[in-house]
Amino acid sequence: MVEKAQLTATPSLPIGEDGPLFAEPWQAQAFAMTVRLSAEGHFTWPEWVKYLSVEIAADKDKVSDNNLETYYNQWLAALEKLVTDKGLASSGEMSGRKDEWRRAYLNTPHGKPIHLSAAESKPD
Amino acid sequence: MADHDHTEPPSDTALRVKALESLLLEKGLVEADTLDAIIQLYEHNVGPQNGAKVVARAWSDPDYKARLLADATPAIAELGYGGVQGEDMVVVENTSDVHNLLVCTLCSCYPWPVLGLPPVWYKAAPYRARAVSEPRAVLKEFGVEIREGVEVRVWDSTAELRYMVLPERPAGTEGLGEDELAALVTRDSMIGVALVEST
Repeated sequence: MVEKAQLTATPSLPIGEDGPLFAEPWQAQAFAMTVRLSAEGHFTWPEWVKYLSVEIAADKDKVSDNNLETYYNQWLAALEKLVTDKGLASSGEMSGRKDEWRRAYLNTPHGKPIHLSAAESKPD
Repeated sequence: MADHDHTEPPSDTALRVKALESLLLEKGLVEADTLDAIIQLYEHNVGPQNGAKVVARAWSDPDYKARLLADATPAIAELGYGGVQGEDMVVVENTSDVHNLLVCTLCSCYPWPVLGLPPVWYKAAPYRARAVSEPRAVLKEFGVEIREGVEVRVWDSTAELRYMVLPERPAGTEGLGEDELAALVTRDSMIGVALVEST
C-alpha cells in the first residue's frame, strides 16, 4: 500500500489530458520526416529509437517537463544527429540553411509567401 | 524597418525543421506529398479505434483470440493494420489473475498501428519511471484499483517488440456485436491504465 505522502512526493502524472498529436506544425513535420527516412531505408527503426532514447536520457533531470514541446525538441535533436551520422545532411548545411530561411523571412513583406531565394535579396 | 516590410521569422526550432526539410527535399530523400500524407494518416486514420476492433474481434471469436495471443502481428494484419511500430507485436491478456500494464522506460515505443501516437503522459518521465517502480500506485492514480492477489505485470516496450493489452470483457456484454463492443474499448484500457466498463 502506498501512502498518500509518498504519492505526492513522486512526480505527478498528467493524466486525463487528451490533446492534439502535435502542438505545432514543425512537430508533425519532424515526425513525418523520421517515418519517411526510415521507411526509405536510410536508417532502421531500432537505430532511430537508440538516438531518441539518448536525447531523452540526457534530459532526464527535467522530470516536470512533460509537454509535446519538450518531447519533440528531443525528437528533433535526435533526428538532426542521425541525419548527420548517416551522411544525409551535414550540420553545416543545416545551420547554413536555417540562417538562409531566417533572412528570407526578414526580407519578405508580411503576408507574402516566403521563398528561400529571398534570403539573398528582397523579392520584387 | 516598418512592420509590413518583413515577416517575423518563426522560432529557432521551427527554422531548424524548415532547414532540414528543405535540404531533404532538395536531395530527393523525402517528397512533400509523402510527408503530408504521413501527417494526415496519423492525424485521422491511425488511432485506438483500430486496436478496439482487434479487441472486439478477440472477444467475439475464440479462434481469432487464440491466433492473436499466439502471434499478434499477423492476426492484427488480418484486420488491415500494420506498419511502422507494429512490426513485432505481442498482445498480453488481462484475466481475473493478471493485470498487464505497458510502458516504454527508455523513450516512447508504442504500437502505433493499433493505438495511434502515444498520449503525452506515456512519453513523460514520471510515467516511464513509476510504471515500473510502483505500478499499483500509478494504476490507483488512473482510478484503477487492483485487488490483492492479482498479479500486475509491467511490459517494457522496445524498438523490437511492442505490446498491446487485451482487456477483460466486461460482464453484461454477452449480447453485443463487434461494433458495439469496440465502442466500449478505450485507448487507456489497451495500455492497461483503465478497465473496460459496460457503460
